[in-house]
Amino acid sequence: MTAQPTTERPGAASGPAQPLLEIKDLEITFTTSTGPVQGVRKADLEVYPGETVAIVGESGSGKSTTAMSIAHLLPKNGTVTGGQILFEGRDITHVSERQIRTLRGDQLGLVPQDPMSNLNPMWKVGSQLTEALAANGIAKGSAAKRRSVELLEEAGLSDAERRARQYPHEYSGGMKQRALIAMGLAARPKLLVADEPTSALDVTVQQQILDHLDGLTQELGVAVLLITHDLGLAAERAQHLVVMYKGQVVESGPALELLQNPQHPYTQRLIAAAPSLASRRMESAREAAPAHPRPHRVSEPLVTVTEREADTAAPADPTPSGEQDGHGPEFGYGPVNPEAAIQVQNLTKVFPLRGAVPWKTTPFTAVDDVSFELARGTTTAIVGESGSGKSTVAQMVLRLLSPTQGRVLIDAKDVTEYRGADLKALRRRVQPIFQNPYGTLDPMYSIYRTIEEPLRLHGIGDAKSREAKVRDLLDKVALPADMMRRFPNELSGGQRQRIAIARALALDPEIVVCDEAVSALDVLVQDQVLHLLNDLQAELGLSYLFITHDLAVVRQIADNTLVMEQGKVVEQGTTDQVFQDPQQDYTKRLLAAIPGGSIQLAGAEILDVEAPEGPGVEAEAVHPEQVHGDDDPGERFQRPDPV
Amino acid sequence: MRSDTRPALRPRAEHWVAPLEETPLREVDAADSSTTPRSLWAEAWHNLRRNPVFLISAVLILFVLFVAAFPQLFTDQDPRYGNLAQARQDPSAEHPFGTTVQGYDILSRTVWGARTSVTIGFLAMIGTTLIGMVMGSLAGYLGGWVDEVISRITDIFFALPLVLGAIVIATRLGSMTMPIVVLVICLFGWTNIARIMRGAVLSTKTQDYVMASTALGASSTTNLLRHVIPNAIAPVIVTATVNLGVFIVAEATLSFLGVGLPSTSVSWGGDISAARSALRTQPMMLFYPSMALAITVLSFIMLGDAVRDALDPKARKR
Repeated sequence: MTAQPTTERPGAASGPAQPLLEIKDLEITFTTSTGPVQGVRKADLEVYPGETVAIVGESGSGKSTTAMSIAHLLPKNGTVTGGQILFEGRDITHVSERQIRTLRGDQLGLVPQDPMSNLNPMWKVGSQLTEALAANGIAKGSAAKRRSVELLEEAGLSDAERRARQYPHEYSGGMKQRALIAMGLAARPKLLVADEPTSALDVTVQQQILDHLDGLTQELGVAVLLITHDLGLAAERAQHLVVMYKGQVVESGPALELLQNPQHPYTQRLIAAAPSLASRRMESAREAAPAHPRPHRVSEPLVTVTEREADTAAPADPTPSGEQDGHGPEFGYGPVNPEAAIQVQNLTKVFPLRGAVPWKTTPFTAVDDVSFELARGTTTAIVGESGSGKSTVAQMVLRLLSPTQGRVLIDAKDVTEYRGADLKALRRRVQPIFQNPYGTLDPMYSIYRTIEEPLRLHGIGDAKSREAKVRDLLDKVALPADMMRRFPNELSGGQRQRIAIARALALDPEIVVCDEAVSALDVLVQDQVLHLLNDLQAELGLSYLFITHDLAVVRQIADNTLVMEQGKVVEQGTTDQVFQDPQQDYTKRLLAAIPGGSIQLAGAEILDVEAPEGPGVEAEAVHPEQVHGDDDPGERFQRPDPV
Repeated sequence: MRSDTRPALRPRAEHWVAPLEETPLREVDAADSSTTPRSLWAEAWHNLRRNPVFLISAVLILFVLFVAAFPQLFTDQDPRYGNLAQARQDPSAEHPFGTTVQGYDILSRTVWGARTSVTIGFLAMIGTTLIGMVMGSLAGYLGGWVDEVISRITDIFFALPLVLGAIVIATRLGSMTMPIVVLVICLFGWTNIARIMRGAVLSTKTQDYVMASTALGASSTTNLLRHVIPNAIAPVIVTATVNLGVFIVAEATLSFLGVGLPSTSVSWGGDISAARSALRTQPMMLFYPSMALAITVLSFIMLGDAVRDALDPKARKR
């Protein structure tokens, strides 16, 4: 396999093609402390040479388990208990460790899920590639070194020679994944198994990487088995889809056919819920209570006067609000709108970055002069990629961080200086829902105690009325009342997130700040939680500030949208405006990167945004000297490293 | 769509659907009410009960505690009664373990020694855990200069050897009593608890539930007491359990070196020290107190291991 296989394209051969990989009746069993559990049942799957097949499913559907069993990489307690795995007609289900090792790398490449933890931080990236080449007997010594640079170049890393000499921490997430793709393809395998290769990456980076992977595998004639939870992405990238549910294959077929004509109710449900394929804001199932009319719902575009002027005056300016840079508090703010639930004016946050010496710091502007309004009873979404400062804005609105400059008005009063009792009263009115369902609930607290905590903190009611309130809240988030004796470790991610919503609603807030509240959830659960949030908004007249990286979700839930890039608001308007008529290149790029956005479904209007001709290749603004990781800077500064 | 650009590579692109009766659809994210609710501590206890290491160590510890509480039940001899006429005796009905060079009954010395060792071990464990938790949580939670100061103080005490400190204090005071031995061990033994507590608090205080609680209106102190410390305490419990064994050894070491309890008190360390001179002629004199010490310390260390397994943070996520 050392030859350039561009010439020998297996799929191009005439005659009846044999499947490259054939999985028949596969059964995988895990031994657990509570007895054996079947992870995969009766799974059938075929991959033909040169084609891309995607396995789609939620977490726990057995999609990764199936893929990992091919390369014998199941966790220790998992075994193949039935069926066959055939690679080029050869049964590899139970072959020896040595045989499978020659198969891995040589015939079978792997691209792992998490680029952050799959490169050894102690080794230069080039050395890790060289090692992979040597291990597969492809090249040795200086030849391997040369080859590894070529491979990095091929994977789309510019300046590959210098990059090969760098350590993984000097790479951004997307670059790491490129290096891992280079590694997976180093031995020119016939099949590349990519397990959620881009789930940890920003959407524009994801698109580039997948485009590149697509082109590369097509050129080399490599078949790809793509594992993903994202139906839109799968449909866009694969010719053939396999849908898995609870360890079983429920449906398989040509991608487009399956999307447009799903047969199995699970597939239908999945397609109905997939946010990337939905095209408009969801309507509430419950009618708005007459006591809480929503006067501002999608009526007036929420662009302030200055912004609108800036937009029309200089449409090419990438930062319409940037012109207000010099405005400090002493220069006065824009007009106060007493109708708005939240009015954010010229909000700026500067973090001191640790410098080369402890007593020197460099200022880093995480949020730069952000202004917007959130009208009562509506949802405003802040969209941006990691590092855009969107979470920092949320934390300043929540008063978990103090702004360097600017102010947050609630009921026309500046709340940024609130202390003590004022602050505590404010807390009752503004509540957060955080991203990580596993971190948001105290594992030591029962569900009852969790939801009761805010009531107790504010001294509301007696034990009896508090219990009634907890019951009522559990009912609101559609969970049974007997749930309250349980503990967070017994709940699924979606259920935990619903508990977090119940806790946030305990104090009858007016404003809820959802910081990536549904990002960690499976599609169906995400859909369920979004519907719940939407219904609660209609019922209780809540105003949502919705922070997310996922534009598809924005379209489902938000009335107004702000797009942030590197701390600045680059575009804002009603969601329909932003989606149908994006003004900025960055917004267009983001929209074009939504996987599956251009796939036509029966009854759905398609969203077709042309990607602008941009700098393209490396959308991630990465300065090799200054890569600190991909998380939000706000978060980074706020959380001290445990030493 | 990109898929269109590729040639059809599959001979028959059939659309297959699983029979619905074989793949029944379940409710999305349905709540499972079949299991009994269990808190993390209940879960840990559940795991602990099934761990043979825990069962063995627990039985041994209960036995040692019982001996320490009711030594009279195991021997009717007075451990402080030395009869030189009966020195260096082999085991007999009256003295099942024999007698020492001073004519003490070895069995009663070993039995009564348990009380001294266990008392000092427990008191020192409680003292060090309290000091360590306070210092560690303040350093971890407040951070900044408080952390700097406390961490440097911790480092200083960590660097001072216990034995050296005990010798200095013993020579200053002339004689040691049990409370002073406990104080000395506390003074030099709290550092590892403080370090562990600090680390645990640092990682716990950045959790989302602490932030959520702040946003709910909880004060900083409330957060520390209600959320941070309860969640940071597991590794401290593990270390404290192991420490108990370590402190019993520390007391024995001090007594062995003659800077611990006075020779008039009954302790395993003192007895081991006294047995040195008769090692060749009376090996049993060394054997029994050493065995008692080893078994007690081993039980506490095993218990600590079992508790660590039960409280393993990885198991929490399930």
